[in-house]
Amino acid sequence: MNEIIEFFKVHQDMVFIVVLMVFVGVEVIGKVPAVLHTPLMSGANAIHGVVVVGAIIVMLNSKSSDYLAMGLGFVAVFLGTMNVVGGFVVTDRMLEMFKKKKK
Amino acid sequence: MNIDIIHIIYLIASVTFILGLKMLSNPKTARNGNLLAAAGMIAAILGTIFLHQGRIDNVIYGLIFGAIALGTVVGWLTAKRVQMTKMPELVSLFNGMGGACAALIGLVEFHHNVNNPTNVAIILAGMIIGSVSFSGSIIAWAKLNGTLKNAIRLPKYNILNTAIMVGLFAYAFFIVWSETHSEVHLYLLFFAALIYGVLFVIPIGGADMPVVISLLNSFTGLAAAFGGFLYGNQVMLTGGILVGSAGTLLTLVMCKAMNRPLFNVIFGAFGESDTSQATETGTQGTVKEVGPSDLAVQMNYSNKILIVPGYGLAVAQAQHIIKELEQILEDRGVEVAYAIHPVAGRMPGHMNVLLAESNVDYDKLKEMEDVNPEFSQTDLVLVVGANDVVNPAAKTDPSSPIFGMPILEVENAKHVVVNKRSMNAGYAGIQNELFFRDKTSMLFGDAKKVLTELVEELKALD
Repeated sequence: MNEIIEFFKVHQDMVFIVVLMVFVGVEVIGKVPAVLHTPLMSGANAIHGVVVVGAIIVMLNSKSSDYLAMGLGFVAVFLGTMNVVGGFVVTDRMLEMFKKKKK
Repeated sequence: MNIDIIHIIYLIASVTFILGLKMLSNPKTARNGNLLAAAGMIAAILGTIFLHQGRIDNVIYGLIFGAIALGTVVGWLTAKRVQMTKMPELVSLFNGMGGACAALIGLVEFHHNVNNPTNVAIILAGMIIGSVSFSGSIIAWAKLNGTLKNAIRLPKYNILNTAIMVGLFAYAFFIVWSETHSEVHLYLLFFAALIYGVLFVIPIGGADMPVVISLLNSFTGLAAAFGGFLYGNQVMLTGGILVGSAGTLLTLVMCKAMNRPLFNVIFGAFGESDTSQATETGTQGTVKEVGPSDLAVQMNYSNKILIVPGYGLAVAQAQHIIKELEQILEDRGVEVAYAIHPVAGRMPGHMNVLLAESNVDYDKLKEMEDVNPEFSQTDLVLVVGANDVVNPAAKTDPSSPIFGMPILEVENAKHVVVNKRSMNAGYAGIQNELFFRDKTSMLFGDAKKVLTELVEELKALD
């Protein structure tokens, strides 16, 4: 129990962000028409690519002599970037086709 | 000073994610929303690199930019080249990459944090979820592109999977509690999580993959959020939790559209042999067949035609020829529109994307609630490669596995023409009594081929 209280004290701001973001996420998605479910899923998929920031921090915090950290970090940044770039590009491609066509 | 700037950048990036998702829920603003979120992402990434405190080796900068450049090129080319029909599996693949990224972060950070049990717990949680999301997404990808055709079910797989899941968390708890420094445990846990991801997805049928992808999508969001917790990094936290909660809601919305509780998707009550056999024997009878030339005449003299596209249309790549059909009928003064079931195709909204690709007007795509009252004033409904979404058993037969699923009420139209390759049952593995009705005619053959013939016949009628 003490650990939980301690955890909350140390990470107060983080816990606030988590709780508020849960509600924001639900509210933001609430009224989406079925037509846009796939692009929305794809867009959300690109956004969680933000995990690449963590991979970059891993590399920035490691010594360049730490080959394991460098190697795994490199692969992680590569995969995360693919998630971000691929995710946004494929979403854009989907949405491009929803443009109103001029007759 | 630098530290303040990076927080402002993270704040702006978080706002772009929220606004981006918000704008993605409206057809008019969706594209800009996506670009806005992408801009926020670029700012967050560049800010992280350039505003980092302390001296950084040039080698490290080189490696980071190398990895980013490589990831950008591969991601960009894959996304640009993929065919629109293959898009669901690509989303799954990208999702898996994000999960793997989160898992690798955990592998590296473990031994930097061995003396801090709280951090170890956060790291292990992120690593487990990321690994499950990675291996699960790869299986989902293989299932959607047809590499893995059948649902593989180990004996008592539900109990087995639940046991493994409990075991994973118990093991993680043990690592935290024992404050072990041994990386053997870490890697064992990593591989166990990968195996769990495979076992989690492999029993689930292809029809439920969109739901699974959406679920794994929110898993990866959660894994990213754990990373945010570890580093006290706000943008990872906001982005991750945002996707986690929005993704969970989207998963539930999809389940609702299919009338399949999430529990059933995961623990598989669908396609069990006893239910499908029972209904299959229930409907028997003869079907009427129609050829392209007769259908052309019939269409030519209709006032209003509704087209119901399904996954069969996507598989046959018939979205362009159907647009041509629409055009030629409109020129003859026939009113044509598309009735889109929420789960038509393999993902909600997939069919709209495919039809938009062949320049079908957004206004012509009608959603189920709006179009259902229109069927009774419709002369002819053309069902192309759809089955379960027009099965009246969903309304009338409580014993049917799809009972209660909202359907397109095509049986209210004057005539129904169903294009299918054969009389095989649909995804749900059940027979469709609609095909045996008097007003129904079957147009057998590959959608692209028969629709091309139909267009030729219509042209010849002039």
